[in-house]
Amino acid sequence: MAGDVVIEARALTKRYGANLAVDHVDFEVAAGEIVGILGPNGSGKTTTILMLLGLTEPTSGQAIVAGFDPLRDPLEVKRRVGYLPDQIGFYENMSARDNLAYTGRLAGLTRREIDERFDAALDRVGLGHVGHSRVTTYSQGMRQRLGLAEILMKRPSVAVLDEPTTALDPHSTQEFLDMIRGLKADGTAVLLSSHHLDQVQSVCDRVALFNRGKLALSGTVTELASQVLGGGHVIDVEAQGDSVAERIAAIPGVVRVQPLGGDRYRVDSERDSRAEIARRLADRGELTGIYYARPSLNEVYASYFSEVRDAVE
Amino acid sequence: MQLSDSPIVGRRGSPWTGLKTVLAKETADHLSSLRMGILEALVFLAALYAAILTTSQIRETIGESPFLFLRLFTMTTDWLPLSLIAILGFLIPVVAIALAFDSINGEFNRRTLSRVLAQPIYRDALLLGKFLGALLSLSIALLSLWLLVIGVGLLRLGLPPSTEEMVRMLGFLVATIAYGGVWLALALLFSVLFRAPATAVLAALGTWLTLSLFWSIIAPIFASLIAGPPEGVLGPRLAYLNTEQIIDRLSPNTLYAETALALLQPATRALGPVLLSQLEGAVLGAPLPVTQSFVLIWPQLTGLIAATILIYAIAYVLFQRQEIRA
Repeated sequence: MAGDVVIEARALTKRYGANLAVDHVDFEVAAGEIVGILGPNGSGKTTTILMLLGLTEPTSGQAIVAGFDPLRDPLEVKRRVGYLPDQIGFYENMSARDNLAYTGRLAGLTRREIDERFDAALDRVGLGHVGHSRVTTYSQGMRQRLGLAEILMKRPSVAVLDEPTTALDPHSTQEFLDMIRGLKADGTAVLLSSHHLDQVQSVCDRVALFNRGKLALSGTVTELASQVLGGGHVIDVEAQGDSVAERIAAIPGVVRVQPLGGDRYRVDSERDSRAEIARRLADRGELTGIYYARPSLNEVYASYFSEVRDAVE
Repeated sequence: MQLSDSPIVGRRGSPWTGLKTVLAKETADHLSSLRMGILEALVFLAALYAAILTTSQIRETIGESPFLFLRLFTMTTDWLPLSLIAILGFLIPVVAIALAFDSINGEFNRRTLSRVLAQPIYRDALLLGKFLGALLSLSIALLSLWLLVIGVGLLRLGLPPSTEEMVRMLGFLVATIAYGGVWLALALLFSVLFRAPATAVLAALGTWLTLSLFWSIIAPIFASLIAGPPEGVLGPRLAYLNTEQIIDRLSPNTLYAETALALLQPATRALGPVLLSQLEGAVLGAPLPVTQSFVLIWPQLTGLIAATILIYAIAYVLFQRQEIRA
């Protein structure tokens, strides 16, 4: 991690009666870093977020968020953290401005600060023209943007976004992801919880994968692919001839070769083996194409939970 | 700050951070809401109707009582068998329930609760802000009503109220607000208990109907079960009467009615069974000094305030234990 650590959790645990919702979770997030939190429903993602926000008390363990303990200093943590819950709600009878002014005042902003920040925040999320309209006239996508504007107004050290793109159309989703990148550019650490793995992969620096209350995997997508798929690098090869797969599999570092049909093969390798593959196949004039493919988070996720399911069965 | 193994010594920061902001927002919401407008109109119409009718009756009997203004609140006529305090006793719970039945569950259902509590504010401030906001709105409505009745009285009677009447009417206003506070706290409790506002309002209205309409039927039954039959060989049994009164006073309606009676009818000397020995030397029908009337209603008034605090405390504990996921 490059910057200062702004979220640090050690053995964070939450128990509801006999149910262990979060089980000794350890992780860190640095300033300006975007970390994706993934996992099936009920895997402990939201409970972990709520503990980091000081909205629920951990059974044991400790966290430090923006320099403060959410259990001891929840007000200080909340001053420095912006939260966008999934399916965000606003006071329908109030305008966007009044809604944000209310939470701004709760956040300790002065009237002048609210006035100064409101227009800039709304312009940044593309709602500048409807800032004085009642929220009841807003679409779900506009509400999500308004939620992000609320975070921008707060200028937090940490932004926690829970399923922020669920209700958005593809174009709005791309714009929203750009806004999240904008938060990173501002130096804000972002925790992004989502089931849209392609979006997480496109925007996150690192990923934390939760399963049954535990932090099962953590790292970059390449690191996760290395752990789950057996190779951190995916190379697509187009080649004709006999025993192509065997010859590629014999290259040091290659973990797996999957025939994709026709003359196409997918190679999982521990390192970027393109040069070696090209040398071995080009010698006999069989290579027609070689492409470096980023490991897909979808594949990592599916493969991991398939392995977990198999292990359980 | 570094992670440490030091024990947790409790949360830091004032629990009332943000209270003023919540209070201002809630009060503004109530005062500008259509719901409050309709309820206020209902109360005002009833009060105005009663005041005009009773002043026309009072004008015919001026000189019979030194407390004409107090009679504005207590008088009944052939056309209107309900006095103003009876109307208020019936309507204030409805207004209070309407103001608070969706205080917390409404935030859950709008999905605004987690967004608000993600701001630097404790749940303490949110709950108290909501309660005080509703209480302040109710108080403003009741103060306006109180001034309106006195204004109508001034116009119709052509006389100013005496100092003693003003003190008694002010006491009555405070008691009415305390009475509203009980129902607000109860509606707030149900809004914490039930996630569906319809369930909360039904539970609150059910409690109101039980305590205002059926309690006078229920209390004697319980009293006879606890203290035996109401009649003895020599007449009414004191043990039964006392037990019935204690049970009856579990209802805020009873406490409010007794408070109003003692304050607005100065001749009231006791609020329960009176023995002949207690009346020795008393001039029947003579008004009690205002200080003595306040001594008389002190248990009832503190009972109303204590009930408000107790119900609010239960709501507070339940709200603190709830998971915030909306």
